[in-house]
Amino acid sequence: MANVLLDVKNLSVHYKILSGWVYAVDGVNFKLEKGHTMGLVGESGCGKTTTGYGITQLLASNAFIKEGSKVIFDGRDFVEMSTVPDKKLKGYRRIIEYHPEMRKYRWSRISMIFQGAMNAFNPVYKVGDQIIEAILTHEDITEEEARKRVEELYKLVGIPVDRIDNYPHEYSGGMKQRAMIAMALALKPDLIIADEPTTALDVVTQDRILGEMANLQKKEKVAMILITHDVSVVAEMADEIAVMYAGHLVETGTTRQVFKETAHPYMEALLSAFPNIKGEKKRLKAIPGSPPDLSNPPKGCRFAPRCPYAKDICLEEEPPVVEVAPGHFAKCHFAEELYGELGGERNE
Amino acid sequence: MSENSVILSVKDLKKYFELHVGMFKFWGEPIYVKAVDGISFDIKKGEILGLVGESGCGKTTTGRLLTRLEDPTAGSILFHGQDIAKLKGKELKEYRRNVQMIFQDPYESLNPRFTVQKTVMEPLIIHGIGETYDEKVEMVIKALEDAELKPAEEYLDRYPHELSGGQRQRVAIARALVLRPQFIVADEPVSMLDVSIRAGVMNLMLDLRDKYGIPFLFITHDIAVSRYMADKMAVMYLGKIVEMSDSDTVVFHPVHPYTRALISAVPVPDPDHKHGRIQIKGEIPSPINLPPGCRFWPRCPYAQKGICDVKEPPLVEVEPGHFVACHFAEKFLEEEASMEPTENIKETA
Ligand SMILES: Nc1ncnc2c1ncn2[C@@H]1O[C@H](COP(=O)(O)OP(=O)(O)OP(=O)(O)O)[C@@H](O)[C@H]1O
Ligand SMILES: Nc1ncnc2c1ncn2[C@@H]1O[C@H](COP(=O)(O)OP(=O)(O)OP(=O)(O)O)[C@@H](O)[C@H]1O
Ligand code: SF4
Ligand SMILES: [Mg+2]
Ligand SMILES: [Mg+2]
Repeated sequence: MANVLLDVKNLSVHYKILSGWVYAVDGVNFKLEKGHTMGLVGESGCGKTTTGYGITQLLASNAFIKEGSKVIFDGRDFVEMSTVPDKKLKGYRRIIEYHPEMRKYRWSRISMIFQGAMNAFNPVYKVGDQIIEAILTHEDITEEEARKRVEELYKLVGIPVDRIDNYPHEYSGGMKQRAMIAMALALKPDLIIADEPTTALDVVTQDRILGEMANLQKKEKVAMILITHDVSVVAEMADEIAVMYAGHLVETGTTRQVFKETAHPYMEALLSAFPNIKGEKKRLKAIPGSPPDLSNPPKGCRFAPRCPYAKDICLEEEPPVVEVAPGHFAKCHFAEELYGELGGERNE
Repeated sequence: MSENSVILSVKDLKKYFELHVGMFKFWGEPIYVKAVDGISFDIKKGEILGLVGESGCGKTTTGRLLTRLEDPTAGSILFHGQDIAKLKGKELKEYRRNVQMIFQDPYESLNPRFTVQKTVMEPLIIHGIGETYDEKVEMVIKALEDAELKPAEEYLDRYPHELSGGQRQRVAIARALVLRPQFIVADEPVSMLDVSIRAGVMNLMLDLRDKYGIPFLFITHDIAVSRYMADKMAVMYLGKIVEMSDSDTVVFHPVHPYTRALISAVPVPDPDHKHGRIQIKGEIPSPINLPPGCRFWPRCPYAQKGICDVKEPPLVEVEPGHFVACHFAEKFLEEEASMEPTENIKETA
């Protein structure tokens, strides 16, 4: 993979709370190639946003990065660059706020579409001015040039150019979301981290915005990490998928591998619980129990208490990450045995 | 399908909200939000009708009208043949006992200071059901078990914050069940739940329907969920039903241009699925300034000047049990294939 843009190695981000730690992201590994889209999918609270923001280290002040974590972007390790060992918490690194070099990477090379971006614009300023401002902060161009670029971006994302000087409340939800995408593209980044970019939108608008994002991304050759809880959205959008459960990446691979040759019991369960509008109508299977509390995750495999294939070892030992096929990984004690056996009925 | 199996029959039901726009109200025309603007449908015993559509199209208002949390502006709601649209006082209370609503947010719909027992028992007290306290507790336990909170005794003394999201929604379901209702309106009951928990709650509702024959109006913006739950589906657009039929017909053979666009936009959890896009312009307009004629025409790729922007198309039965409100419904029904924009629409039926 000579084209690797982002290489995340053993990333752990934990939140310090009064009673101890929330192990939100624990030993996460993945690679992203230039221009590719990776779908990061999982249920509420599993650590998707923490993983995404952990890359650019835009994390809450009680977040700490575990020693040994690496986030290598285009050859630079962000962890080494903008964190320092914490004096009190042994084994953890503290994030340096407003690190000048890190700030240069943010927006100009890596831009973000925040979860709940509908409210990300400041209500007292015109939307266009906010994007122009972002461009001017990072690039040495005139205000006129910046405005020209915003006009081009508006055309690109499909907002009428005459709406540039409107205030956020004069935009519909879909328009705000598109303006947010325009903002994310404004500085021609190499990577966009899009956190639930369409979750609050109606399906017609979602479909249009996802379509636009896919087109723009191909045209501009931007890589994207698409964070969502909706497996059908990643099925349509992503080249690769990372499935997250309780702070662990449990399965990673190409979209086809993960959907069609599922190797992890959680992904199998997730797909059997998800209604497919075009599929055969059959009874969905609920997953028993509920996801664990991340301040006190189960020992061993975090999915074990809910897993139909769990054996004694699953409750005792954390499973290794197994490469079941080239580029296809599953974190399960029985990945080899289960590979090719899971979701058989589904994939007939 | 005898006549008397119809539990609820809605005819030309309307709800207009008057907007209070300050002083202007005194010398201007009052401004109305036509949230529900003339809808008709029947629900039979044991039937689940899925009500789908984009945000603001009037789904919740419809549900609130059927449970009479809202007074209709016009139209009738026949419950076992009796019009309940204008009921008041004691009769209304009696009706409310038979019709229950389950809400989207299990966090908000339960009182945080009530135990599960108190929550589920409250409707019994309001309606004076159950002779003794012990009898009421019995009924609460039965309802919790019906909602698959077993053993029920373990849940009686818990507070909402001691329950998971799925368990909370089950408590809300138990609360609705305890009165043995003859009809349930479920408004986005699984939208806040995670996928892994959602399937269980959906299966529970299907099982209750099978066990007791309770009909449901199942409101959701998620068409895949609606197809899974509902026997029949009604698609709403700006206060009107534009298409209604059995669920698979709506999903696989939609006729109305809006339904077609809506269905084509639903993502499919299968990387082999070829995604066809039927483009519609712009966004849903506000229900205050409704366009004349067909309210979908400004966004419709097939709209014809002089027809669609002039006359409102009625909801007509284009084939048995399949209702469509579009001037060209018959034509679209016949030309089904040719209407697909390109070869990229493939149905994996
Ligand atoms: N600042 C914080 N302090 C303590 N715990 C936190 C903090 N932020 C997040 N968490 C916890 O960390 C875990 C992961 O949170 P995160 O926001 O990354 O999840 P997510 O997968 O993005 O969820 P969602 O789908 O709901 O957005 C959760 O259990 C959450 O409660
Ligand atoms: N009490 C009210 N006063 C004025 N307008 C109202 C009132 N209740 C609802 N509306 C309006 O009526 C229309 C229909 O609202 P409703 O809540 O029924 O839509 P919905 O289909 O349930 O939408 P969602 O999917 O967002 O829940 C909307 O335009 C809404 O703003
Ligand atoms: S009546 Fe006309 S505008 Fe309305 S859906 Fe049919 S073709 Fe489109
Ligand atoms: Mg998140
Ligand atoms: Mg609603």
